[in-house]
Amino acid sequence: MGPVIELDGLEVRFGDRVILKKLKAGLTGRSVGLLGPNGAGKSTLINTLLGFHKPSAGTARILGRDIRTHAREVRSLIGYMPENDAFIANMSGVHFVRLMAELAGLPREHALERAHEAFFYVGLGEVRYRALGTYSLGMKQAAKLAQAIAHGPKLLFLDEPTNGLDPPARLRMIQLIQEIRDRGDLHLLLSSHLLRDVEECCDEVLILKDGNIAAFCNLEEERRSNRRFLEIETRGSSNGCFLEAVEKLGCETAPGAQGRVKLVLPDGLEVRRLYEIAAEQNVQIRRLNHRRDSLEDIFLKAMEAADGRL
Amino acid sequence: MAVYKKTYRPYDGGLTPSWSRFLVIPRYAFEELHRSRFLSTFFIASFAYPLVCALIIYVQHNASVLSLLGVQGANRLISINITFFMSLLGWQSMMALFLAAFIGPRQVSPDLANNALSLYLARPFSRVEYVLGKMSILVILMSLMTWVPGLLCYLLQSYLEGWSWMKDNVNLASGFFFGAWVWILILALLALALSAWVKWRPAAGGLMFGVFFVAGAFGATINGVQRTKWGHLFNISHLIGSVWVQLFGDTDGTTNGALFFRVPRGEELPLWCCWASLAVLCLVCLYMLARKIRGAEVAR
Repeated sequence: MGPVIELDGLEVRFGDRVILKKLKAGLTGRSVGLLGPNGAGKSTLINTLLGFHKPSAGTARILGRDIRTHAREVRSLIGYMPENDAFIANMSGVHFVRLMAELAGLPREHALERAHEAFFYVGLGEVRYRALGTYSLGMKQAAKLAQAIAHGPKLLFLDEPTNGLDPPARLRMIQLIQEIRDRGDLHLLLSSHLLRDVEECCDEVLILKDGNIAAFCNLEEERRSNRRFLEIETRGSSNGCFLEAVEKLGCETAPGAQGRVKLVLPDGLEVRRLYEIAAEQNVQIRRLNHRRDSLEDIFLKAMEAADGRL
Repeated sequence: MAVYKKTYRPYDGGLTPSWSRFLVIPRYAFEELHRSRFLSTFFIASFAYPLVCALIIYVQHNASVLSLLGVQGANRLISINITFFMSLLGWQSMMALFLAAFIGPRQVSPDLANNALSLYLARPFSRVEYVLGKMSILVILMSLMTWVPGLLCYLLQSYLEGWSWMKDNVNLASGFFFGAWVWILILALLALALSAWVKWRPAAGGLMFGVFFVAGAFGATINGVQRTKWGHLFNISHLIGSVWVQLFGDTDGTTNGALFFRVPRGEELPLWCCWASLAVLCLVCLYMLARKIRGAEVAR
């Protein structure tokens, strides 16, 4: 399968300022997280993919369609949930989503049916006839999600979907996003400042810094490789023999102070074997942790790597 | 699928033709406007004058009604001519101005104030279609107020007067139709442009009148101070009045039936200046719209 979003030397300038600097990447994941500090170019990237800004050089392709030459077709594949409040205040929720679905090309009756469905789906079924202006922040976020999915897009852009939500509302939003992702009918591009949101919802992450790609990684692969990386704490007089024994099994080791050891297990070696060797060498393993290279670590590393300082 | 099935599913049904999607906007807008009692009353009231005109046309051709009213010969007092139709156009155009000032400001400014433009334009829906959709609300309503009743009166007069009158006075119909369209386009563009730049609705509505009356007064002041006639370039009603006179095929603009649009004798501007000024006004409005109607604001 080709990439969902392919950035092909994409450059965007606002006057003399270069906002996106010849980005090149192929995003293939079902759900892609877009991370970066403020001003990194996340929203500009989304807006450019939506056709709001013209690339000054290069291009991007969404599901194989060029954003320069097939902008309209591209937009028909996308559902967009913007970061800021975006609604028509005096319209009822269901009326608003129906209007948006009709503008996306759905016939009247289908648009109405799907507007109702979308409202029930995001948990606003009971308030769908209330004016949008009277909604709470959490309800507005959910209504924005409803309008983004009502027309059945192939790719969903979520710009800070949990912005300003209280913990229960955030949890509900994350669950909705995960549900949509797991159904497998559409792809997600989630832009967020909250690393936890991205970690919980995405399988790929693109980190931007100053308009450049600072890192691009597959979170699932990272998680898998992390499972081979251990940190243990041992007690016993024959620590050296224990290390020798595990090295013979093919482990890479890095001893630290006070019996702490970092280990990389070779493929096929089970953790259980370490305990057996420890028992043979009369060494106690007091603590064993799988290293969890969190998204935060990846993000911080990416920020360091880009210019060598934080 | 029943609405109680709370799950997401992709859409695999048919789509409407893309050319027709801009018409979704006026459909929703009319539903909202229909709820305004004031607007509905005003809209119905605006047909009073065309109704009176139709009655005059009917009575003028019906001797028995005249004798019944005891005013035989009254048909000589009012003649159905250019002045008659221009005064109908002038009156209805004033009504259209009030309508545009009332509903124009509620077109674009709420979308801008609530960031709704990004939602419109994130769909297969262009900026041009958005403007066309919003314009069509005003165009449809103002058409119903201006050239539609005007042409109906013309057809009634033709029916009562005969084929030869219709043939000889086809310039009245074309003048009415095209004159009304010029006015409608200017009003619609101006209303949308002001709505896009002035977010406070009452101010945008007031500004509509300001553009016509204050700018007219400003032009008159220039004329008075500089002893010139070029101040009329600021007076949109005089500009449009001159254009109407040409479109109706009249020779003397100072006898224009539309009083508010009448140019004082000796102060007529060259016709090309009037057309050019109106074109510049339209271009300025389009530029204002192009600056504001965007999916995302660019902070340079």
